[in-house]
Formats: sequence, C-alpha cells, structure tokens
Amino acid sequence: MERIPILRMGKLLLVTIQVDMHDRLAMTLQDDLTSRIVKDGAKGVLIDISSLDVVDSFIGRMIGDTAAMARVLDAETVVVGMQPSVAITLVELGLALPGVRTALNVEKGMALLTGTAPL
Amino acid sequence: MSTIPGKTTWVAALSSSTNSDKTPDPTGPDGQPPDEIMPVRSDEQIVRLRRLVREKAVAQGLSLIDQTKFVTAASELARNTLIYGGGGDVHLYTVRRNGRVGLRLEFVDNGPGIADIPRALADGYTSGNGLGLGLGGAKRLCDEFEIRSVLGEGTHVSVTKWKPF
Repeated sequence: MERIPILRMGKLLLVTIQVDMHDRLAMTLQDDLTSRIVKDGAKGVLIDISSLDVVDSFIGRMIGDTAAMARVLDAETVVVGMQPSVAITLVELGLALPGVRTALNVEKGMALLTGTAPL
Repeated sequence: MSTIPGKTTWVAALSSSTNSDKTPDPTGPDGQPPDEIMPVRSDEQIVRLRRLVREKAVAQGLSLIDQTKFVTAASELARNTLIYGGGGDVHLYTVRRNGRVGLRLEFVDNGPGIADIPRALADGYTSGNGLGLGLGGAKRLCDEFEIRSVLGEGTHVSVTKWKPF
C-alpha cells in the first residue's frame, strides 16, 4: 500500500509530502504519524508541504487535525513551506488553519521545534 | 522568492475576485461538446482531475493563483460528487464570451440531490462529516457558480474561471 515516509531525527518526526495525496493516503498519514509520535516518544513533528500545489479542505483538515492530535499526545507540530498561492486559496476557502504553527521553510521550522535560533 | 511580486499578486487576486463577472452566461456551452469528460468514482480520480484541471488552466494562461483556486474548487466539487452524489462525471469546456476565454467544469451526478441549496452553500453546514466548506468555498474560488439539483435525480454544478484581460 502506498505510504508517505516518516523520518525520525532525535525527538522529532519529519514528513515531506511530495505527492498529490488522495484522501485515503492523507488519512493513512494521519494514522501513521499519531502512532509514531507515541511509539517514538516524539516531541515535535515537522510537516513539509512545499511540494503541494493544492491543499483543499480535506487535506487542510487532515493537517489541522494532526496538529491537534499531536498536541494531545504531547508533541508540537510545525507545517512548513506552504506556497503563497496555496495560502491565499486556503484562506479564501475558509480554512485559515487556526492552531497550526507554521514556518516559511524547513530550517525555520526546525528552529521553532528545537528552540534554537535559525542559522 | 522576493516579497514584492508576492504583494502584487495579492492585489491582483483581490481585484479579480471583487470584479468577477456574476452575470448569467449568454452564450453558454449548451450544445458545445465538452473538451474532455472525466469520471469521478474514486479518490484517485479526484487526484487525476486536479492534475487535468491544472494542465488546462496552465495551457489557458491563468495566473498561478487562479490556477490554484480553480484546481482547489474542482477538488472540493469532485469530492462532493463522489461522497454525496455517489460518483459522477466532470465535463471540461473551454468557453468564450466577449473576447474572453475561460475554463468551465460541470459536475454531474445522479445522486439523491440537495434538498436545501442555500443551506448547503452556507459555510459550516454539512450533511456528512466534512467541514461544510466545499460548496461555499468552491463558489468563492470561482468567477461563476451555478447549481441545479432535483431530489432523487441528481445534482449539476457548473463553475467557470475567466482569464483576466
């Protein structure tokens, strides 16, 4: 079955979404991420969506829900790399992703999660 | 990516959505055969539709923001067709009016239909377990939006994005 890989780096989990996800794949990622947070005792999750040229309400909701689930499981989520056209479209769609921390790129997202200043 | 072009795009996006042409289509694609017909009967077919709509929007010279808005609207409407309409087809048209060219998508299903269209269009209302942003959101992302539904017969949603002059 098709899956999006989750990489572990210390206490962090890293996900780079590089395919246009269909809905089941998005739900699988949500399940996999929450399982891995618990299994690995992760404190932070970084989701890189810089390759996504479309985020619709389903994927947007998956991202928001995943961040909320991670928080309940004692992990912080940062979504990085959203394309400007995606941001504009999401807000116009009515999905401003409240409660989801974002950063412009992976480096800044990592800095947020590790509490260090970006290089 | 520098900040200045980003800012300009914002202005362009705002003005195009406020000046959007909401008048009924005088010519319409009625009688015009669709350029393409795509089935929407699975998750994967929604992804394929997104790709095709992106290709068409690029070919027509829509801006990146308009491409993204239209592809996103297509994705929302296709999901509605699949989940609430029990699957259906999408017809893609190239439309022309007053020297302008646009892209039109018609989503057709033979599902149960929508009993209360204004309520279905309101943000936050859903008869399933979605967010209730699909129809209203798709309407905001397009220049023209038309919905017809007959209970027990199905739903027909038509959306158009015009290339700005």
